[in-house]
Amino acid sequence: MEQLLNILNELHPDVDFESREDLIDEGILDSLDIVTLITEINDAFDVSIPAEEIIPENFNSAAAIWALIEKLDEA
Amino acid sequence: MLTNILQYLEGTAARLPDKLAFSDGEQGLTFGELSRLSRAIGSAVCARGMRREPVVILMEKSAMEIAAFFGTVYAGCFYVPMDAEMPMLRMQKILETLQPRLLICSAKTERLARELPFEGEIADCASLAACAENGAALAAVRAAQIDVDPIYVVFTSGSTGMPKGVAACHRSVIDYTESLCEALPFGEDTVFGNQTPLYFDAPLKEIMPTVKYGATTYFIPKKQFMFPFKLAEYLNEYRINTVCWVVSALTMISSFDVLEKCPLRYLHTVAFGSEVFPIRQFNLWRAALPEARFFNLYGPTEATGMSCYYEANRTFEEGESIPVGRPFRNTGLLLIGEDGREVAPGERGEIYLRGTCVTLGYFANPEKTSEAFVQNPLHHAYPETVYRTGDLGYLNEAGELMFVGRRDHQIKHMGHRIELGEIEAAAATDPGVRRACCLYDEAGRKIAIFYTGDQTPGGLGATLKKLLPRYMLPATVRQLETMPLTANGKLDRQTLRAMLNE
Repeated sequence: MEQLLNILNELHPDVDFESREDLIDEGILDSLDIVTLITEINDAFDVSIPAEEIIPENFNSAAAIWALIEKLDEA
Repeated sequence: MLTNILQYLEGTAARLPDKLAFSDGEQGLTFGELSRLSRAIGSAVCARGMRREPVVILMEKSAMEIAAFFGTVYAGCFYVPMDAEMPMLRMQKILETLQPRLLICSAKTERLARELPFEGEIADCASLAACAENGAALAAVRAAQIDVDPIYVVFTSGSTGMPKGVAACHRSVIDYTESLCEALPFGEDTVFGNQTPLYFDAPLKEIMPTVKYGATTYFIPKKQFMFPFKLAEYLNEYRINTVCWVVSALTMISSFDVLEKCPLRYLHTVAFGSEVFPIRQFNLWRAALPEARFFNLYGPTEATGMSCYYEANRTFEEGESIPVGRPFRNTGLLLIGEDGREVAPGERGEIYLRGTCVTLGYFANPEKTSEAFVQNPLHHAYPETVYRTGDLGYLNEAGELMFVGRRDHQIKHMGHRIELGEIEAAAATDPGVRRACCLYDEAGRKIAIFYTGDQTPGGLGATLKKLLPRYMLPATVRQLETMPLTANGKLDRQTLRAMLNE
């Protein structure tokens, strides 16, 4: 989780990613961020996020992203 | 004789009044409605005694915004699109440059408009559109309008931190529309899925053919571009058959196997540009849509949108580049060497563009205008202004233009044109920053900034966020003890580049 927060903080140093649950709804992450984020997550955690999982619900909070990584890691 | 872009709209509105022209999926306007609202807005602007002056349009991307554009032209003025996502300081600089008397907003952007450092009148688009049409006033404007009058000013990145406003006239946009429509398979049945923001010249590719032919353009909500599956479903839902997107939007679909999982049923024309298309991704697109036609487009804002095109109708090998191709009809291409002469075939030179496509220049900026809009270097027999792009290219054996790169520090990132100097200038406004240097990591497609000073990386990030649009924000912000310098005291970009790749 810490590694994920590092990736997120590098994208937006001024956002408190541990508490926000509206990253997509409030437009904090934009399409550029999503592409960067997916690439970095795939590299850092050795997973491959499929298109079906690239949906708003999975990216609204750090916890949701983390849950997605764990789910993919187990599969 | 076509001398005014409004002739396109008027012809189509008479022929196809009930056909949908522009829509965001929820709200749309037919050609009849678009024509009526544009004339009403034009009459309202006319009534303010305005003529040949800028009207700032600060609205969300919508059919109504298009009515505001055309309405401004009906009033004999030129529109300057701004966007709610622009940082406040950028908008402030644009307003300082323009000194406009009128800003048109929508219900959604009115609050933001009132926060701007702006002394002029703020008018709501819906209330302007509700005004009665004044046919006599519009006719008087039209009688005085000629095809070298400007119709828009759009702002691009400037290396000193001051955005430059490119002004384009009727004649250039008509020339672009006619030559673009001749080269690409557009027509009445075209259904565009627009991706590019309306505050650039890029959407002319969709707006102008739409009003010329009576086609339809859907403004795809920005959020769709974050979620590849939803994007593909959107294209199918609205039967979109033609897209002119930046490469990163196309690869968003192809890199997640969406082309297989959600086949695009209607898409038959794919134009792209502004960036290198990774060949593997391009071949995925071609394989998924074997019947579709693919076009690479190239051109600077200063030459009215796109200038060259290439139909990519074969498979490319890894490592190969897709050519930029040939100029549109009535556009001239020059490749000039450092000695100011044309280079030999196959040699690298700076790309100059000539023709009616060359825009009027930078708004209220004679200095920058004279640097880039120059006399044709091949003769001095009569005045002929050509545009120096700053791009380098060469002609391949087939005589097609190949793009090489820039001769300065301008980059293309996610389809946006960026001067790295503008990011450095923004960093320099932070009192905790002594010196800053920006680099572009081509491979990782990331902007990086190195700096010295007491400011924390997070603090500098926050400073930049206030000054720059999202797409210009560096992905890497790194603090250094000292800035590496070359023997003669210049910033050592090579050492910084090596540090980036460590």
